[in-house]
Amino acid sequence: MTVTLVADRSTEAEATRIASPLAVRGLTVSYGQTPAIFSVDMTVRAGAMTAIVGPNGAGKSTLLKAALQVVKPLAGTVTVFGKPLAQMRDRIAYVPQRASVDWDFPTRVIDVVLMGMYRQLGLLGRVRAKHRAQAMDALSRVGMTDFATRQIGQLSGGQQQRVFLARALAQDADIYVLDEPFAGVDAATEKAIIAVLQDLRDTGRTVLAVHHDLVTVPDYFDDVVLLNTQVIAAGPVETVFTEANLQAAYGGRLTTARVDPESAAG
Amino acid sequence: MLADALLLQLGYNATLVTLGAALLGMAAGVAGTFLFLRKRALVSDAISHATLPGVGLAFVLMVAMGGDGRWLPGLLLGAAVSATVGLLCVQWLTTRTRLGEDAAIGAILSVFFGLGIVILTVIQTMTAGRQAGLEGFLLGSTAGMLRSDAILLAVASAAVLGLVLILRRPLELAAFDPGYAEATGWSLGRIDLAMMGIVLVVTVVGLKVVGLILIVALLIVPAVTARFWTDRASHVVMIAGVVGGVSGYVGAATSAIAPALPTGPIVVLVGFALFAASLLLSPGRGVLASVLVHRRYQRRVHMRQGLLALAQGQPIFEALTRRLMHRAGLILPDGVATPEGQAAASKALLDETRWSIVRADQSFAAAAIRYDGLTPIEDVLTPDQLRDVDLRIAAPQVVP
Amino acid sequence: MGAEFVALSLTPILIGICVAVACALPGNFLLLRGQALIGDAISHVVLPGIVVAFLLTGVVATGPMLFGAAGAAVLAVIAIDLIRRLGRIEAGAAMGVVFTAMFAGGVLLLERSDTSSVHLDVEHALFGNLESLIWLDATGWASLVDPVALAGLPAELPRMALALLVVAAFLFLFWRPLALSTFDEGFARGLGLRTGPLGLSLVVVSAIAAVAAFDAVGSIIVIAMFICPPAAARMMTNRLGHQVAWSAGFATLAAIVGYVLAGYGPLWVGAAASVSAAGMIATVSGVILAVAAVAGPHRKRGS
Repeated sequence: MTVTLVADRSTEAEATRIASPLAVRGLTVSYGQTPAIFSVDMTVRAGAMTAIVGPNGAGKSTLLKAALQVVKPLAGTVTVFGKPLAQMRDRIAYVPQRASVDWDFPTRVIDVVLMGMYRQLGLLGRVRAKHRAQAMDALSRVGMTDFATRQIGQLSGGQQQRVFLARALAQDADIYVLDEPFAGVDAATEKAIIAVLQDLRDTGRTVLAVHHDLVTVPDYFDDVVLLNTQVIAAGPVETVFTEANLQAAYGGRLTTARVDPESAAG
Repeated sequence: MLADALLLQLGYNATLVTLGAALLGMAAGVAGTFLFLRKRALVSDAISHATLPGVGLAFVLMVAMGGDGRWLPGLLLGAAVSATVGLLCVQWLTTRTRLGEDAAIGAILSVFFGLGIVILTVIQTMTAGRQAGLEGFLLGSTAGMLRSDAILLAVASAAVLGLVLILRRPLELAAFDPGYAEATGWSLGRIDLAMMGIVLVVTVVGLKVVGLILIVALLIVPAVTARFWTDRASHVVMIAGVVGGVSGYVGAATSAIAPALPTGPIVVLVGFALFAASLLLSPGRGVLASVLVHRRYQRRVHMRQGLLALAQGQPIFEALTRRLMHRAGLILPDGVATPEGQAAASKALLDETRWSIVRADQSFAAAAIRYDGLTPIEDVLTPDQLRDVDLRIAAPQVVP
Repeated sequence: MGAEFVALSLTPILIGICVAVACALPGNFLLLRGQALIGDAISHVVLPGIVVAFLLTGVVATGPMLFGAAGAAVLAVIAIDLIRRLGRIEAGAAMGVVFTAMFAGGVLLLERSDTSSVHLDVEHALFGNLESLIWLDATGWASLVDPVALAGLPAELPRMALALLVVAAFLFLFWRPLALSTFDEGFARGLGLRTGPLGLSLVVVSAIAAVAAFDAVGSIIVIAMFICPPAAARMMTNRLGHQVAWSAGFATLAAIVGYVLAGYGPLWVGAAASVSAAGMIATVSGVILAVAAVAGPHRKRGS
């Protein structure tokens, strides 16, 4: 059993970090006196789909939020393509958990997608036909054009998640960071979303997602990060997503029925 | 002068007011705690402001029937009725429309108060020349308090305290764990109703002493103050009662010295002073304690991460980490480890390795929960367990 | 409706409209953010802010008053947040502690200091005196274009109109970030928006509206304007822009109808003097809310 404690910080690793679309180093976040994540190093591979998995309370959401500075870390640094996050925000599209949103807010689906285009529009820019077209295009990629004028609170969970994805697509970013995109959605929506994400990957973008379903990790993702407050293992699914590593990440509490020995590990 | 006031030597009226305020403070502190624990503290603001139209209408009614419009029990009854109506409106808005409770509270508070002001101005023109004195209900006016008024206050406060005593189990249960209360057969709706009723009585009784604008403070501030000193619901109730009683006592006594000052604000400020002291100095949640604990924690985190980096022969990137480690004599200014630093780093790495083994093994589940990145493993495992773990470090690693 | 109307009723009605709309506009966002009661807190802390400004400068002038009130609002927000985080106290209770203490302090300062020379007493602070803001120099509708008469306009009118302008400009400028951060704060922060300062700015702008309104309608009635027109508007529509428009309409309606009822109502029933205009405006806004609550097309959750 190999356990990664401190990331390899040699010059080779440094070069990889600079090229990486999202690299964090020594990231620690705590709420009160217990750490949610502790000294996390993570270098996301460009042009790949990476999953972050781990038990409940492992800090997966916190890792995303701290990486994007949505919450303030106690220690650690974040770089995007080697540069500080603040300068590179236009390269990142973030899809937070659905649970954190105010669904009673008076807004329509098309307005939510247009919110994603805030960078282009700025404070006072007028929404012109081309912006609307871009928004509708994003909606069509997730199959929600018929719902464009629907009130957001009237949609089902799966439909809401698609709209969120459309909002991210409208940003036309290089890295897409998603927090549990498949939680509480129906099977059809899950298929639709994964198709869109894989399409992004195939056109050279990077996808990083907190994922809650271990069974589908090998099918959906190229790389995986096993997190339990600290990084237990990280790398390509074939080499890292092994029974041994999973047991290490889940503290031996994993029942082997969930891990298909034939689809995991080579 | 103040000493006289505090020792109840200032005369009959002052003594009445002081004792009455103390009883009121105690009752309010206790009643308000349940409201606070149920996270509905500001409903009391809506209730108190909704009393105004009732007071006005009661006055008009009593005058119309030929009596003295200022008969306190009558006014308080009017207050209670309109406050109940206001409360029902809040419930209705919250359950039958999409508005949140905060919006419902604010709407009822302001609209009923506005209506009350309208009625008050009508009364002012009606009884031009005769001071109705109803404005005294805004901020409290204890000057000229009658003996009968004080007795009413005392009896009502005692009744409230008695009621809380009788109902304290269901009230605490509903406040602390509503789900469990429902599961064990209590009707949450009925308990909430009782709680609101108690708050209503306290509010109405407090109109005369501190006025409707500030009665909210008597209900909320003692509970919040108490919260800084204990985590147990029953203790919060008791401490809130004591704090409320003291605020009422000291505040009323102080205001007795300068009769021109309204009682309400002084009582509130005394209560706030007690709160502020708790906020700053409470060992569990106070400002001082929190800042110190947080700083210490941050320093420990940085030290730990720095030592681990050192153990791996990696450079330390963060300035704060370098500064802390240098000050602790673990590294030289250029980042090179001192002998003490090397020893500490090795120890940290060993500790981390042991922890990783423990966390990966289900048989150590109980110990694994204690992991927080900083606690040394020797504090958690027995020497036998430690030996067992160390043996595994020496075992050959399996590379998958 | 001639000379008498222009002299006695026009300016109070206009001021009332400016007050109502200036409060209703930011009130929309406060409502949507679940911060409706921050209006309660602001209107209570405006008083000590103004009293402190008066004590420090010796005059009742707009500038210091504005700074005093904005300062008090910022202080209150910081204190509320501190109490919430440190003691893990819920927002409502934290607000209650802060604003009652500040209000009590303001009342005490007011009573202890010599404010007899200026019209700063507690009742005035609570429910204002809109009816007194008349335009004695007016002789009829022609006065609207007469520079001499215009010089005698009550100072509260241009002041309130300016406040309305500031509030409207803020909302216009920051519409998108406000909508974004209210709907999905995590996403907004992911975009790099500074949601903390934005929220604080909203509160400060609301405080500006409250302070400007203070002189005309006192502090307590301001809460009604922050909440009732936006709440009623929310139940009429599911689109943010439409909601804000409806709220401005309801606010204007409440101001006009409220003032007319307060001023002329008693006359219609044979009584002599008028009743509190501010109180009546608040009451009318409550009636509008009640009607929307039973008949509004989008009054139910999920509709």
